Amino acid sequence: MSATSSYGALSSYRPEFEKPLMTLEQEIESLEDRLAGNANGDAAAGESETIRTQIADLKTEHRAKMEEIYSNLGAWEIVSQVARHPKRPQSTDYLRRVCSDFCQLHGDRHYGDDAAILTGFARIGSEKVMIVAHRKGRDTNERQWCNFGCAHPEGYRKALKNMKLAEKFGLPIVSLVDTKGAYPGIGAEERGQAEAIAVNLREMSRLKTPIVSVIIGEGGSGGALGIAVADQVGMLQFAWYSVISPEGCAAILWKQATPTTNSAAADALHLTATENLKLGIIDEIIPEPIGGAHRDHEQASETLQKWLVQTIQGLKRQRIEALMAKRYDRLRKIGSYSED
Amino acid sequence: MTKRAAKGKSKRPASSNTNDASATTAAAEPAAAEPAAGAESKQTLPPATEPRQWHQVQEGRRKKSAVPEGLWMQCTACTQMIWRDRLKANHRVCPECGHHYRVGAAERIEQLCDPGSFEPVDESITSLNPLNFTDLKPYPARIEADRKRTGRPEAVLSGTGFIKGRRVVLAVLDLTFMMGSMGSVVGEKVTRAIESALEYDLPLIIVSSSGGARMQESGLSLMQMAKTSAALARFDDAGGLFISVLSDPTTGGVSASFAMLGDVIIAEPGALIGFAGPRVIQQTIRQELPDGFQRAEFLKDKGFIDRVVPRGELRSEISRIIDYCGK
Ligand SMILES: [Zn+2]
Repeated sequence: MSATSSYGALSSYRPEFEKPLMTLEQEIESLEDRLAGNANGDAAAGESETIRTQIADLKTEHRAKMEEIYSNLGAWEIVSQVARHPKRPQSTDYLRRVCSDFCQLHGDRHYGDDAAILTGFARIGSEKVMIVAHRKGRDTNERQWCNFGCAHPEGYRKALKNMKLAEKFGLPIVSLVDTKGAYPGIGAEERGQAEAIAVNLREMSRLKTPIVSVIIGEGGSGGALGIAVADQVGMLQFAWYSVISPEGCAAILWKQATPTTNSAAADALHLTATENLKLGIIDEIIPEPIGGAHRDHEQASETLQKWLVQTIQGLKRQRIEALMAKRYDRLRKIGSYSED
Repeated sequence: MTKRAAKGKSKRPASSNTNDASATTAAAEPAAAEPAAGAESKQTLPPATEPRQWHQVQEGRRKKSAVPEGLWMQCTACTQMIWRDRLKANHRVCPECGHHYRVGAAERIEQLCDPGSFEPVDESITSLNPLNFTDLKPYPARIEADRKRTGRPEAVLSGTGFIKGRRVVLAVLDLTFMMGSMGSVVGEKVTRAIESALEYDLPLIIVSSSGGARMQESGLSLMQMAKTSAALARFDDAGGLFISVLSDPTTGGVSASFAMLGDVIIAEPGALIGFAGPRVIQQTIRQELPDGFQRAEFLKDKGFIDRVVPRGELRSEISRIIDYCGK
């Protein structure tokens, strides 16, 4: 269904690994053309019927093939071609579909309004929440305006200011993480990037309201974690989350960032949803539509919404003291070492 | 102050590093030249379980250092010839220009604590290789090499000690061990230090020097930032006093977690402190960085640290602050 309906929209960018699908798609298209031609002319109804069956079979095959390809992706393929797919839904895409109302709150009351982090009241289903989300931007202008989702200190401070607001009025917090990392620049350092992130980590650990985080695309280092200390952390199936981007890691440890070293670094960093779940860094993997969230924003949003509502309701049922104790223990036990 | 400005010129590219230590942190930075120690005085650390003593460690480093051997060395900042013994006696601060050389954790503790008062804890906590990480070298090989070279089990030394008669919990990051990077062990030991300070109602002193989170443990390292910060939240709620001392360099995941969360934050003169390393910033913005950028004095001017304190005065400054906070 949706898998074939969006071919046109995707034609501008296809990941390398989708090449095997394109042959099938061409076949389907030419059959569909023939079918259209038949309809116009005085075609034999019998032939049209055969073509329809052929198309249906090919679509089934296409879907199966896509499912197979996507379940066998390498870490670097996931990072470079799915998590960073130009059509991958961003926080703003999800908010449009997931929230019935979004009342944006701007600025950190100290310095400015960082466009790389979006905050505001929102309604998700029957739940009233506070949204904190990275904004990456779609077209060139928007992306430059919000720094490709790389936040400045005022972004983290805006997030904290509004998370405290949520705490005050008992609203659960929903954070959507999608960043390569916090912005490395002169202004960011001058205004205390490290301090801003550090304070968020400390304060989020003791906010007396439920916090839910979802890594929706890229989860790069402290810039991601700065809004991702939570009671429950979900991660979309083809997102990545790690201490550093594969390129950054390759440049330092492999002395150069090439496709080969990036790929080696991506594997080594264990940054996929599956690996993060094993390490206890996230709590749940949120499945994406077959062939990735970029194929079907609608379905991806629907799954996310259901997960959010369910998770928020689950957290709201718990006493806040118990919730906070669990939040601490969740972090406290992360790590791997030996001790005799 | 003009002399301090010369400090910035001592920056060297990472490739000049004689070991691979810089290749460990997410915000790895060029390591400034460090003088090799010649004659060493006896150390006051308790005999503990260390296979090697600090002077042996320094002996080992000397062979690799580009600095000429002998009783004298040339200061990398002011180029004056300085007597090694005098440098050591002066807490590894150049007597001529005030340049602060980097010091390892054991020597730092020796400088800070009343003689013989430090009792290390958690020394048996060691790193595993949870991700089976191999870059150009396997992670366990890097750890093993640094263990041999430094005689330390990991990149942090923690325990209790006395500073001018005041009992404190102390954790000191060790730059000589994998760039002082924070993986599971550093995160765990720092967290335990915080929890002990809370339990025994003692002031907490953490001396940071680190390139950041340790890449070889990836997400686990990242989570140590949240873990230590969450522990500090509890300590803060309980009214604990945390004095964070920042030395050269404090960057990446360490600066973006516990290092920047001190009730009082003290930095050593000229220390590089920041989130992103200067090289990363330069590559991103493609312009020259301002003079003194990300140095301790710069951070003080911008309002992010409370005091710049020369190393020789750290002991008295820390005890002075402890007294104000009624601990
Ligand atoms: Zn000098």
